[in-house]
Amino acid sequence: MKDARGYWKENVSLVLKLLTFWFIVSYGMGILYVDYLDRFQFFGFPFGFWMAQQGSIYIFVALIFIYVFKMNKLDKKYDVEESDDHIPAEDLTKGGQ
Amino acid sequence: MDIQVLTYIIVGITFAIYIGIAVWAKAGTTDDFYVAGHHVPPLANGMATAADWMSAASFISMAGIISFMGRDGSMYLMGWTGGYVLLALLLAPYLRKFGQFTVPDFVGDRYYSNAARTVAVICALFISFTYVAGQMRGVGIVFSRFLEVDITTGVLIGMSIIFFYAVLGGMKGITYTQVAQYCVLIFAFMVPAIFISILMTGNPVPQLGFGSTLADGSEIYLLDKLNGLSSELGFGNYTDGRKSSIDMFCIVAALMAGTAGLPHVIVRFFTVPKVRDARISAGYALVLIAILYTTAPAVSSFARLNLINTVSGADYISTPDWFKNWEATDLIAWRDKNNDGKIQYMAGNAFEGKPDFADGRGASGERLLKNADGESANELYIDQDIIVLANPEIARLPNWVVALVVAGGLAAALSTAAGLLLVISTSIAHDLFKKMLLPNITDKQELMYARMAVAIAVLIAGYFGINPPGFVAQVVAFAFGLAASSFFPIILMGIFYKRMNKEGAISGMISGLVFTAAYIIYFKFINPGTDNAGHWWFGVSPEGAGTLGMILNFIVAYCVSKMTPPTPQTVQDMIEKIRIPRG
Repeated sequence: MKDARGYWKENVSLVLKLLTFWFIVSYGMGILYVDYLDRFQFFGFPFGFWMAQQGSIYIFVALIFIYVFKMNKLDKKYDVEESDDHIPAEDLTKGGQ
Repeated sequence: MDIQVLTYIIVGITFAIYIGIAVWAKAGTTDDFYVAGHHVPPLANGMATAADWMSAASFISMAGIISFMGRDGSMYLMGWTGGYVLLALLLAPYLRKFGQFTVPDFVGDRYYSNAARTVAVICALFISFTYVAGQMRGVGIVFSRFLEVDITTGVLIGMSIIFFYAVLGGMKGITYTQVAQYCVLIFAFMVPAIFISILMTGNPVPQLGFGSTLADGSEIYLLDKLNGLSSELGFGNYTDGRKSSIDMFCIVAALMAGTAGLPHVIVRFFTVPKVRDARISAGYALVLIAILYTTAPAVSSFARLNLINTVSGADYISTPDWFKNWEATDLIAWRDKNNDGKIQYMAGNAFEGKPDFADGRGASGERLLKNADGESANELYIDQDIIVLANPEIARLPNWVVALVVAGGLAAALSTAAGLLLVISTSIAHDLFKKMLLPNITDKQELMYARMAVAIAVLIAGYFGINPPGFVAQVVAFAFGLAASSFFPIILMGIFYKRMNKEGAISGMISGLVFTAAYIIYFKFINPGTDNAGHWWFGVSPEGAGTLGMILNFIVAYCVSKMTPPTPQTVQDMIEKIRIPRG
C-alpha cells in the first residue's frame, strides 16, 4: 500500500460530497422546502410531493452506485484492492483483543 | 377456481420451495450458521437483504398508512430507503472488513470492553424481539382472513416452516430462502399494482401512472381528482402535509439512522466474500427495495381513490363482498348514525377507539358496536392494514392475483422473522456464551447452542404471534429509536473517529438509549394524554425521539472521550486496517 492517509482523506471527502446530495434531496427538497416546490407542476405531480415520494429514492440509488464506482477506482489508484482469492478476514482482529 | 383453493395452492407451492432450499443448504459449521461462510454472491446478498428488510410492515401496512397520511407518508419512504445510503457509505464496507459475526462483536472489540458488548447484546435482543412480534401479527392477520384457519393455527404453521429452515440451515438456509422470498414478494406486490395502474390510468408503470390522467376519458390528473374528493370529505388535499417540518425532519433522521443501525440488516453484509462485494450488494439491495418503495405510494393513491369511490355514499346492503369479509375480521366497522342505510365517509373518528363489536345486527345487517360515538358525522372505521390485502378485491382483479398477494405477504413476514431470529440466536450463542460465559466451548458445541437458541426464539416469537402485545405499533417506533440512538453513532465513531474510547462509547450509548426510551415510554405509556405537539420537546414526536437521543449520544461520547485516556495502540492499528480493503 502506498499512502494510507491519502487514501482515507479522498475516501472521506467523496463520502461527504455524496452525503451533501443525500441531504439536499431528502431533508431539503422532500421536507424543508417541500411546500415551496409544490407550487411547481411536474407532469401530474406537485414537484415537492414527487421529490418526497419518488425522486429522493431514485437519487439514493444513484448515489450508492456512484460511490461504488468511485471507490473501486480509488482502490486501484492507491493499490489497496483485494486480490481475487478469499482472505480469511477473521484473523484481522486478533491483534485488537 | 375458488379463491380459497387457489390461495392454498399458491401458498403451498411457495412453502414447498422454502423447505426444499432448507434441505439443500444445511449448515455444517458456526461460520456457515452465522454468516453463510462469507460465501454469498453480492446479487444474492442484495436480494436476501431486501427480503430481510421488507417486512410485513413494508408489504402489508406501509401503502395503507401512506394512503391515509397522504404526503406525510413520505417519511417512511425516505427514512427506510435513505438509511441504505448511510449503510453503504459509512458502515457496510468497514464492518465487512472487520469480518466477525455480529454487531456486538464489533462494539466489544472496537471498544475493548465486555461492558460495551453486553449493552450491545441487550439492545440487539430488544430490537429483534420487538420486530419479530410485529411480523407474527402480520402472519396471523393473513392466515385468519384468507385461509380461514384461526390465528393460532396460522401462526403455528408459519413457525414450523421458519423452525425448519432456520434451525437446520442457519444463515445459509435463511439467505437462500430469502432470495426465493424476495422473488415471491416483489412479484406479488407488482402484479396487482400494474393491473390497477392500467385500469385506472391506462399506464402500465405504477410510478408513472399516479402522475397520469384518469382513463375514464375525463382528462383529469389522478392526483387532482383525489385532492378534490379528499377535500370534499374534509380530509384536506392528499398531496399536502400536516406534520411540522421539524417533526418530519427528526422522524426521517431516526428512521434512516435506525435502518443503518439495525443488527439484522448489518449482519447481512458480513456474509459476502469481500469489501468490494459489500459495497455493491448495498447498491443491489436498495435497487430491489426501491422497486417496492416507489410502487407503494402509487398503490396508496390508487387505493385511496378506489376506496372513496366505492364506499362513500354507497348503500351498505349493496357493498361488495370484500367489505363484509373484512368487517367479519373486525378490521372494518360501520355505524349507521343517521339511519339512512348509506355509508357516510368523512374526516374524524366514527367512534372512540378500536371497534368493540356487540352481538347482533343492525337494520341494514351490519355488525353492531359498543363504542361511544365520535365527534364527527363519519360512520366508517377502516384499519390501515387491510389496504394492500383488500386492494385487488376492491379493484375486482382475478382471484389468482388475490392468492398471490397472500403468498407475498407471508413471504415478507417470514423472511424478516427468520433474519431476526438468527440475530437473536447469534447474540445468545456467540456474544453471550462463546465470548463471555463459556469461552472454551468447541465450534460444534457452539453450533448446537446456536440451534437451540433459534428453537427457543421461534417458540417465544410464536407466543407473541398468538398473544400479540397490544402495543406493537408503538414498539416499532421504539426499535428504530433505540437503534438510531445506540448502535448507529457508536459504530460510526468507531470507524471514523479513532480517538473515541470505551468510556466515551459506553456513556454515549447509555445516555442515548436511556433518553430515547424515557421519552417514548413517557409519551406512549405513562402519560399518553400529553402526546401532542404542545408537550413535545422542540416539537419532536416520540417517533422522532431517536434523533434527539442520537445527538445526545454524540455529544456525551465526545465530551467523555476528551476527558479520559486515549484508545490503546492495538485498537488504533485495528481501525487503520478496517479502513483499507486489502490485507
